[in-house]
Amino acid sequence: MAAVTLRRVKKNYGPTTVVHGVDLEINAGEFVVILGPSGCGKSTLLRMIAGLEAITDGEIAIGEKIVNTLEPRERGCAMVFQNYALYPHMTVAENIGYALKVAGMGKAERTARIKAVGDMLGLTEFLERKPMQLSGGQRQRVAMGRAMIREPDVFLYDEPLSNLDARLRVAMRVEIRRLHQRLGTTSLFVTHDQVEAMTLADRIVVMNKGIIEQVGTPDEVYHRPASTYVAGFVGSPGLNLLHATVDKAALCIRFKDGQSIALDQEQAASLSDGPVVFGFRAEQTQVVEQGGLKIASSFNEALGSSRLLHGLLADEEAVISIPGDQPFNVTSSINVTIPSKAMHFFDPESGRRIG
Amino acid sequence: MIERTPLLNTATYAVLLLGALSVFVPLWLVYVGATLTVREINIPELHLFPGDHLFDNLQAAWARGHLGGRLANSLIMSLGVATGKVVMSAITAFGLVYFRFPGRMLIFWMIFITLMLPLEVRIVPTYAVAANALWPFQTILDVTGLSTVIAALTGVQVALEWNLLNSYTGLILPLIATATGTFLYRQFFLTVPDELLEAARMDGAGPFRFLTEFLLPLSRANMAALFTIMFLYAWNQYLWPLLATPDRAGFGTTSVVELKMLAPSVLTNGGGTPDWNVAMAGCLIVMLPPLLLVAFMQRYFVRGLIATEK
Amino acid sequence: MEKRATFSKTSVGVMFVLPQILLVFTFFYWPTGAALYWAFTLERPWGGGNEWVGLDNFRQVFADRAYWGSIIRSIIFAGATSFLSMGFGLLLAVACDRGLKFYQAFRTVFVWPYAVVAPAAALAFRFIFAPEAGIFSALVKSNHEFWNPAQNGYHAMTMIIVCYSWKYAAYCFIFFLAALQAIPRSVIEASALDGAGVLRRVRDIQLPLITPTFFFLLVISITDSFQDSFGIVDVMTDGGPAKATEFMVYKIYFDGFRGLDYSGAAAQSIVLMFLMMVLTFFQFRFIERRIHYS
Repeated sequence: MAAVTLRRVKKNYGPTTVVHGVDLEINAGEFVVILGPSGCGKSTLLRMIAGLEAITDGEIAIGEKIVNTLEPRERGCAMVFQNYALYPHMTVAENIGYALKVAGMGKAERTARIKAVGDMLGLTEFLERKPMQLSGGQRQRVAMGRAMIREPDVFLYDEPLSNLDARLRVAMRVEIRRLHQRLGTTSLFVTHDQVEAMTLADRIVVMNKGIIEQVGTPDEVYHRPASTYVAGFVGSPGLNLLHATVDKAALCIRFKDGQSIALDQEQAASLSDGPVVFGFRAEQTQVVEQGGLKIASSFNEALGSSRLLHGLLADEEAVISIPGDQPFNVTSSINVTIPSKAMHFFDPESGRRIG
Repeated sequence: MIERTPLLNTATYAVLLLGALSVFVPLWLVYVGATLTVREINIPELHLFPGDHLFDNLQAAWARGHLGGRLANSLIMSLGVATGKVVMSAITAFGLVYFRFPGRMLIFWMIFITLMLPLEVRIVPTYAVAANALWPFQTILDVTGLSTVIAALTGVQVALEWNLLNSYTGLILPLIATATGTFLYRQFFLTVPDELLEAARMDGAGPFRFLTEFLLPLSRANMAALFTIMFLYAWNQYLWPLLATPDRAGFGTTSVVELKMLAPSVLTNGGGTPDWNVAMAGCLIVMLPPLLLVAFMQRYFVRGLIATEK
Repeated sequence: MEKRATFSKTSVGVMFVLPQILLVFTFFYWPTGAALYWAFTLERPWGGGNEWVGLDNFRQVFADRAYWGSIIRSIIFAGATSFLSMGFGLLLAVACDRGLKFYQAFRTVFVWPYAVVAPAAALAFRFIFAPEAGIFSALVKSNHEFWNPAQNGYHAMTMIIVCYSWKYAAYCFIFFLAALQAIPRSVIEASALDGAGVLRRVRDIQLPLITPTFFFLLVISITDSFQDSFGIVDVMTDGGPAKATEFMVYKIYFDGFRGLDYSGAAAQSIVLMFLMMVLTFFQFRFIERRIHYS
């Protein structure tokens, strides 16, 4: 178990920069998920920690040791790859035990360790099979076994669940979390799936275009998104984002179509007059008969447990969520109120959160 | 991947350099040989530095080996084989993949088997066929008694004859009669989704349109690869042109076969020491076209090589 | 594998296949059949067709010591050239696959020998090994016995083997490199994380994963060495000295066209065909067993 520290870590491929000076501190034993869309540099970041990519600038430390120039095998990291990267010509047992064999461990001890890991992952009966003869979920377990058996300081997961079908993905997610509780190894998990991120992480790192947008617990990322990017990426649907103008004198913000929302003193204090991006969650609204904001509704999606109403507010798209069992009349518009605690404000220039 | 293996990297570069040297040194020695005079080249020592008689030697080789005509022959034959192969393989594979007819599997295997036996092992009878390409059909008529019937009915004695020796047709056709490209296309056509044909058919395309407007444009890379490989294969041919072009004074032969005449050997032509400088100049000329082709088409060449052999 | 959607017009389909059928019949099946026919018959001296002689031609061929000699030489040649060309091809492919700086330039150069026409390569190496002008000429001047491929069969054989291997190492290189690069990058990375160094990875991961290519190339280079050696032999030694470099195809050519012994040549062709087919079947077995990367 070791902490991982990144200081101004940068990566260029020729003239293109894929990671722009990232600073990140991962505590020993923590489970951190790096979340972002494809191409945001999250996998590159992971591979730099593993030593599979050289870093262009900055510093990576695992524990107390700076590992910039160390080879992958000297870093004490184990990695689970997206396509599992099992050795196709070796049996499951040989796959799992390969690291020990390379390290020169005796056969008897190796076999015992392989068996222990196999038992823990429910692979006992498959140990003599080749990867080709296994299902996707079983291969996934072998990949984890191969990483576990070395008792590494850091576990690295590179989108390990994305090749599994939806049901298996949920099961494996639970299993990974359980394993982490048991072993307590520092873990970094890269994914583009926000549900995976929310359910697995002690802390989430949201990345976009090679920079970190926000680092925080799943609750923080969801309830206090640090930027419009995070707000739109996390949650399903993402935060509604609408352009408006602050009018401190009137204690309100005004939309382009003239509608307005009242602010309390505290909110007004943190804002200044002028344009602002106003955000609210679809599920944190209240439908009212009259008053509030009027949204011209266009269509709705039934999701079972809830219903999403899509509409326009001052020519910008907005989504409202209501409980699935609530009676619903298709009318041309719908009125909602938003509690002041559920309001978010962002700077329209930088996209950063205000207040 | 971060690796600190200075020793191993040095060793790797040593291997790579040695490899490159063993490619270059023979080619360099040929070049040097082609730049010396007869007297210089027969001094018994290692010739490492070029002289200044390259153009004299190239001219001499060009004249002595009749390389103008010979290279034209090589070029026509190689283009013929490559084009023929590309076209023939495409339509055959199309017929085999996109049609159902009785005996289709039999035909498939008949063509498939040809992959196993190269021209060299059936060279003698192939020569006999080239001497009269209609020999098989004449024999069939004779054996079945049909020619007797025809003779009795019409009074005409059937004597089919079509001599392919000393002709481009004779050089080209036997080299096309294998399955190499057919299987390349077949594999490719099988990866084309069924939906494409269904969509094309709903748009009213018949077999010809489907082939020319859908499949062939899709297989452009495959065609380039096959063309490169077959051109090289044909240019490389030695035994077949050697036999199929007995009329050296008239039709001539291919440049590759002619090469040997530049350096007659002790055993066949009574010998003497060849004029190595002229021979090496001829060597350079004949080597050049396929080397250039590969240099410019390397991607297709490698791809074609791997695709046609697997 | 079959298509679900096809065209229905049978006649059109046959039209597409017909040209190839005609060609294959005329230039493949008929000559092969003729070879079989000639192998079991003997032409009557004064014309009047062929006489069925059963296995006589084969008996004669197998009783001929010169024929056994050509088989043994062919096998030695196949073994030596396969070993050399595959060995060097593999070594260079592994070196290139490390992906060090400038490796693309080396990759380009290593392909070239395969693009050099075999008879031209033969002429080049004949010059390079010529006792009067080549690389050994200085040594030959002081000791005439040192190198003389025109007199010494071993020298002649060595020369042909070097020339052929030079060209076919490039061929093997292309296939080995393609196979190495088909191994998923992540498998190599996983083994690096598992602690394996470069050489260990070559031994434990890369070589085992390219064994199918290895066997494929082994069969191909044996069968190719039977057929493709002709041009090289004809240009370099004419099968000599004293038949020291007369391989199977060369002997078929010599007996058939110089000796005009069609029946003997045909019997030899049949034996060679049989050998090739056995080897090819062998290869199909390995192709079937090819490891598929997931």
